Amino acid sequence: MHFYTYDGSFEGLLTVVFEAYERKAWPTQIGREGEAPPGIFATHHFVPTDPGKAKRVWDGLGKKLSKAAWENVYKAYLWEQPGFEMLIFQFVQLVFSSAEGGVEENFANRSVQKMAAVGKQMFREKHRMEAFIRFQRTQDGLYVAPISPDFNVLPLVIAHFESRYADQPWLIYDVRRQYGAYYDVERVTLVTLEDAPPGLRKGQLDPAVLTSAEPLYQELWQAYFDHVNIPERKNKKLHLRHMPKRYWKYLTEKKPRGQAHKPIQNKQVPTGVPRLGA
Amino acid sequence: MQISIQEKLSILADSAKYDVSCSSSGGKRKNEGKGLGNAEGMGICHSYTEDGRCVSLLKILLTNFCIFDCAYCVSRKSNDVKRAAFTVQEVVDLTINFYRRNYIEGLFLSSGIFKNADYTMERLVRVAKKLRQEHKFNGYIHLKTIPGASEELVKEAGLYADRLSVNIELPTEQSLQTLAPEKNFTEVLTPMGHIKDQLVLVKEEKKLFKSTPSFAPAGQSTQLIVGATPESDRQILTLADGLYQNFQLKRVYYSGYVPVSADSRLPIISTPPIIRENRLYQADWLVRLYGFGVNELLDEQNPQLDLQIDPKLAWALRNRHLFPLEINTADYEVIVRVPGIGLKSAKKIVAARRFAHLTWEHLRQIGVVIKRAKYFITCGGRSLETREWDEEAIRRRIMYGEKGSRAQLWGSQLDLFQQAS
Repeated sequence: MHFYTYDGSFEGLLTVVFEAYERKAWPTQIGREGEAPPGIFATHHFVPTDPGKAKRVWDGLGKKLSKAAWENVYKAYLWEQPGFEMLIFQFVQLVFSSAEGGVEENFANRSVQKMAAVGKQMFREKHRMEAFIRFQRTQDGLYVAPISPDFNVLPLVIAHFESRYADQPWLIYDVRRQYGAYYDVERVTLVTLEDAPPGLRKGQLDPAVLTSAEPLYQELWQAYFDHVNIPERKNKKLHLRHMPKRYWKYLTEKKPRGQAHKPIQNKQVPTGVPRLGA
Repeated sequence: MQISIQEKLSILADSAKYDVSCSSSGGKRKNEGKGLGNAEGMGICHSYTEDGRCVSLLKILLTNFCIFDCAYCVSRKSNDVKRAAFTVQEVVDLTINFYRRNYIEGLFLSSGIFKNADYTMERLVRVAKKLRQEHKFNGYIHLKTIPGASEELVKEAGLYADRLSVNIELPTEQSLQTLAPEKNFTEVLTPMGHIKDQLVLVKEEKKLFKSTPSFAPAGQSTQLIVGATPESDRQILTLADGLYQNFQLKRVYYSGYVPVSADSRLPIISTPPIIRENRLYQADWLVRLYGFGVNELLDEQNPQLDLQIDPKLAWALRNRHLFPLEINTADYEVIVRVPGIGLKSAKKIVAARRFAHLTWEHLRQIGVVIKRAKYFITCGGRSLETREWDEEAIRRRIMYGEKGSRAQLWGSQLDLFQQAS
């Protein structure tokens, strides 16, 4: 039994893979530095991160995998769910042990299946962030959005927002993991701000820092959201499936309104049809 | 009387909501040189209404003043409803400010017809032009083409818009004459033809000159209202299929009729035909992506889609002589026709069987819905069912579960009860 630990970085994890191969001592568990070993009989190896070794593993994978499957290995790292290190290790082992390429399409294999499932979860969460992020404009022209995604997808959405909002400075802050991505109209830097706009660390921006037009646009968006709804077609179940409640807290359109926006009524109502809200 | 921007938005969003298109995909506009926005690749639904529809675009009318009196339309001239009109600048400001806050993918602008078709169309084009040229806006723009607008204006619209659409609304000339006497099929189909010709032309020119300006890169679409007139599903889908083939439409949208005005020419219904609408979309998908012909799904004897089961299952039950398929050897084209197997699962099956002989467990993990698929496939020559079920029994077992006949009876009674209420 071999228990490997590393510093928690992606490069560190790849170094563990390198060392396991080097020592021909296959891990039974991999954990972050300081994590308790699985049992008293496990041999403990702490592996210091070595960028050179990590790169050799990473490049080796790149040669054998399609681009999507290769990137998926990194996504499984950002997935952060219990057992992700061993999942990655087992997948890497499968890749290195198969002579021909294309092994990522062997959906009859368990770790291929699991990796594909993780990739799908990560894609979905990334796509949700691209959809549900709501920026608020501060007085100094910065567009700020707090998020708390289920998985660590912030690194995956940066490129999307960089090309979309190339001409406006923005800050997306992961409240759960306490770090953010800041774009200054030139480049993106990862930040763990002590001097973040007031309240942001808790996901609540202080209204005093916002630009004066901000409340108007938030209210207009709420009015729009209420008026595109067709009450005759109400389908709460479908609504919740697309927009689970845990995402609501940062959604402008789900926040309390200053006034209710009722559907515009025809003064002339079709015969035989009950008037809405009557 | 001055009306506030919020009131305008309320009125003009409320009257645009019956247009069901919300797609923001298929654009190829890249953000080059630090402009605002890009519309590459897949669309994004930024929110969902309480009826579960995607909110991707700022979908509004420029105005709901209209000189037409189409019976099915909330903005019809004779309807006593509040009227409002945006200025060009107001639409531009709303679009930019919503886009910058990541509320939307772009703008879907339609309009009631004021003065005449060209006058209206010219203003829609002006909004798009201003967004593209003055604001370097690369987000998605969908413009409605006003029936009867001149070819020049349609051409210009295509330079700035990602998608153009002309709504047919009613599936036959006769229905159009009854409910929308000021419109006719020719007037609707003419701009659709112009758009198609222009799409083809630009595509050809692009092969020769890369610098040819794009024309509506996300193509054109249309909408049909379902349930306001007596046409059958077969008539509707045959029309849609013809539109896909002859006008190279990207999408035909089906909008279940929601009663919006009193008119003796319209049916009296209490809820919109949502299930029928859903079945039409399923059939549309089967025709566009799964290789089905409309005549395979519907014919003279069966002109309506089955409301209880989806059209693929209905087809498979009528064609049991084609099954079972052996999943380890069957072609992709026929695997996608099996109920319970979608395009993605079919692709995975074909990829995975290069490595291993597939078992039922593999299929389950790939994502095949076994309880539907098992009546139509074998795995390594083995079936999961030891006995032969007839069409009725399969239908019942899929709809109400596989427990004893008492549970099924209970299920079907519950169903009747729900239908009655």
